[in-house]
Amino acid sequence: MKKILFALATTAAVIGFSAAASAADKAKVCFVYVGSKTDGGWTQAHDLGRQELEKALGDKVETQFLENVPEGPDAERAIERLARSGCGLIFTTSFGFMDATVKIAAKFPDVKFEHATGYKTAPNLATYNSRFYEGRYIQGQIAAKISQKGIAGYIASFPIPEVVMGINSFVTGARTINPDFKIKVVWANTWFDPGKEADAAKALIDQGVDVLTQHTDTTAPMQVAAERGIKAFGQASDMIKAGPQTQLTAIVDTWGAYYIKRTQAFLDGKWETTSSWDGLKDGILTMAPYTNMPDDVKALAEATEAKIRSGELKPFTGPLKKQDGSEWLKAGESSDDGTLLGMNFYVEGVDDKLPQ
Amino acid sequence: MRIELERRPEVSRLFSLLSPVIALALTMIFGGIMFLLLGKNPVTALYSFFIEPLMEVWSLHELAIKAAPLILIGVGLSVCYRSNNWNIGAEGQFIAGAIAGSILPVVFYEWHSPLVLPLMLLLGILGGALFAGIPAFLKAHLNTNEILTSLMLVYVAQLFLDWLVRGPWRNPGGLNFPETRTFDPVSVLPEMIASGRTHWGFGFAILAAVAIWFMMRYTLKGFEITVLGQSERAGRFAGFSSRKMIWFSMLLSGALAGLAGISEVSGAIQQLRPVISPGYGFTAIIVAFLGRLNPLGIVVAGLVLALTYLGGEAAQLSLGVSDKVTRVFQGLLLFFVLSCDTLIRYKIKLVWSNLTGTATEGAH
Amino acid sequence: MGIFEAILLTVITAATPLVLAAVGELVTERSGVLNLGVEGMMIMGAACAFIATQMTGSPYVGILAGIASGALFSLLFGFLTLTLVANQVATGLALTILGLGVSGMIGEAYVGQSGIKLPQIVFPVLSDIPFLGALLFKQDLIFYLSIAVVVGVNWFLFRSRAGLKLRSVGDSHASAHALGINVIRMRYLAVMFGGACAGLAGAQLSLVYTPQWVENMSAGRGWIALALVVFASWRPWRVVAGGYLFGAVSISQLHAQAFGIGIPSQFLSALPYLATIVVLILISHNRRTTLINTPASLGKPFVPDR
Repeated sequence: MKKILFALATTAAVIGFSAAASAADKAKVCFVYVGSKTDGGWTQAHDLGRQELEKALGDKVETQFLENVPEGPDAERAIERLARSGCGLIFTTSFGFMDATVKIAAKFPDVKFEHATGYKTAPNLATYNSRFYEGRYIQGQIAAKISQKGIAGYIASFPIPEVVMGINSFVTGARTINPDFKIKVVWANTWFDPGKEADAAKALIDQGVDVLTQHTDTTAPMQVAAERGIKAFGQASDMIKAGPQTQLTAIVDTWGAYYIKRTQAFLDGKWETTSSWDGLKDGILTMAPYTNMPDDVKALAEATEAKIRSGELKPFTGPLKKQDGSEWLKAGESSDDGTLLGMNFYVEGVDDKLPQ
Repeated sequence: MRIELERRPEVSRLFSLLSPVIALALTMIFGGIMFLLLGKNPVTALYSFFIEPLMEVWSLHELAIKAAPLILIGVGLSVCYRSNNWNIGAEGQFIAGAIAGSILPVVFYEWHSPLVLPLMLLLGILGGALFAGIPAFLKAHLNTNEILTSLMLVYVAQLFLDWLVRGPWRNPGGLNFPETRTFDPVSVLPEMIASGRTHWGFGFAILAAVAIWFMMRYTLKGFEITVLGQSERAGRFAGFSSRKMIWFSMLLSGALAGLAGISEVSGAIQQLRPVISPGYGFTAIIVAFLGRLNPLGIVVAGLVLALTYLGGEAAQLSLGVSDKVTRVFQGLLLFFVLSCDTLIRYKIKLVWSNLTGTATEGAH
Repeated sequence: MGIFEAILLTVITAATPLVLAAVGELVTERSGVLNLGVEGMMIMGAACAFIATQMTGSPYVGILAGIASGALFSLLFGFLTLTLVANQVATGLALTILGLGVSGMIGEAYVGQSGIKLPQIVFPVLSDIPFLGALLFKQDLIFYLSIAVVVGVNWFLFRSRAGLKLRSVGDSHASAHALGINVIRMRYLAVMFGGACAGLAGAQLSLVYTPQWVENMSAGRGWIALALVVFASWRPWRVVAGGYLFGAVSISQLHAQAFGIGIPSQFLSALPYLATIVVLILISHNRRTTLINTPASLGKPFVPDR
């Protein structure tokens, strides 16, 4: 008992001390992560963004984060803790944090919140997202050029609009090169299980696909593709190390640009709520170097990327048909963002039935 | 040197109270060393873990919210384990209860009546009990091991929920994201105390703990559970049916897990989503044993475990230690609590070589 | 290579860690100890095997590290449950929490590194047998070890004196003690064997299945292994049957999806679990045979009276 009393006494002394020490004059920018900051995928990309922010504005801001925060009431508590600990700007980096962020934002009107990939905003709550599908369109074109059989394998995580959008963009891109191009989809029902992702990759390859892309977070499918000698695309980060002879390119999430932009606005007192959906041109995603492909394919990919950046090319532009053959977009017509954000249908060429 | 145990003639009341204290002290010492090795100030670390979450009102509410499902499930499981029924699928029963209770606010969302909430709770209880009824039936009538069936059904429940919220129950106004519509205020479990967001789920947990404690201690049923748990044969001589006990304990624990599920969904989340539990059903198993399968002990154990979750977050912020360190620290705490409980029933003796010489009583 | 053969190869890779971890746990449980910490020991094995391989460049050193780390980690469980007679269920669960934490901590620096895959060992002549050759004689060391361990455990339990002693410890520790068997030592060895097997299973994950390290990469396989022991009613060959059945159903559902059969993927993903339940019901309706195989002292602590 004495020991505990002693510990209590010393801790009491330390609190006073640490409270004084942390009262520096920097703005605090905080992050809530759904995974571990070293997950090699989604969360790691956000954490790299946070590090870039520190590098860029480190003299004016201090960053903090909570990792592995489960969605639901735990998220609410984590966000509230950050709001109470003096964070001025809080980024919540998973779709599942949406309602928790909305609730806490209402409770702390003086704190600014930014929620990734959601759709609910408030005067002190902005949303941000990345047009990943722009990269998938380029991937589709590369796949159609590279594939001998005209069929690609797609390892998907969960049927949410973002993933469906990616599948459709990939197919649409591919069909500009090869109008008969098809893809096979396997839903792994996980974001993160290397074993299962590898199994899905093997199943797809065994069924005859000769180029592979993934919307799950580990490098396991890339490793399988390397082993079986086919080409593949990386996801979330540059996976070239897992397949030096395999990776064609990868969609790399580069959130840092956005975090710096918004934090700067916050420091300048110019932060306003937005629903921003940035793309290749804003630097929120970048394409890993185009490798392991003939020069003409590389040139095509670079040209497409340049066109998307300049706004000349929008991936979802008609004529496009839905999977059942009905018309979706007339020639020259581009999809509005609302349809994309709630996308729950396939375009023609997907060899899968979307769970309804 | 080796360690020998000597059975105490009777359970030591002194060590019943003292063992958690010793465990805590050991955790502080070893945890402190770990933090020192990581280059962190051990005093700040321990303060963040054990005291900071208790210093503010909002944080106490969060503690209650986090502890509520652990206690509610743990109390139900204690009855199972005392009667030798190894239900480890409470996570699935939690989900089943949440799904069943959500039928009203999701499917019949236009029905606004004060009856909605009580009916939801009832459906939640029923859902959990029915789902636990599957392994109960398989064990009682087809002789199938409940450890396997209850565990496998967890995965089934998780996938079924996943299908529901992405398919038929998806919120039509939610841009096709995997979640149901948000519950109408009539379907939301109210807050218990005005000072924060602790909802009635915590109240149910305490009520259930007291009720089960009373049952175990003062009723024939409690006696029956204990006897059948200790020896099936002795129970049969006393005229108790182990088959009925399988049904009783599994349904009871399923019902409480189901109640925890619907309380969590209605009180804290207010909608269904693909994942509604960060493993409460499994953590509650630890809580049940940390509380020595005693309902009142489980209340304490649930609060302590919840405290380490909150403390882990506090430590991440105040020290910048990773979330893995939190889990290691939790593991340490559990190990020390479990091993110190040995002192309640046994004297620990350190025996040098083979000579039964100087024996030291007590801890280390 | 035909598609059937290809599917079987994938099944073998998916089933090997399950079989290994389950057969180790089977020995532990046969001695009367229930260790629910398989997931924790497995993930420790995966982390240590990967780290050792990266440090030395040899996956064989990795295998040894996996086995050793699993065995050492299980000692912690042994000390608590055998020496201090702490509750086995709770201690096992705590071991899993600790294992996930410790492996995450020590592996942090290795995330994202590309691992070295354990090479295949090709048996000359035998590997040329059509169909079976590629499946059985062109595999990696851990696959061969998994078969060897099952054969060995089966022989040990039912054909050797020591195995008979181990089973008697699991069936009635009091009578075994009366016969002069050192119950505690026997159980320590059984727990460590279980830990070593789980560690080896973990090494398979990070050296063969997916040669990389990421946190939590065992993704619940330890739990499946635990269920398989019960499924197998504590018989080694049934562990193999159960492991391969589970693997086969898991892989075929992925193929079914790739064929585009149009059933919600969640239902297909639930199939392996449901299949395991159904088969267990079919094989366990005979009460007597189940009882004969169940270690009667399972989960009960033992303290020698003096």
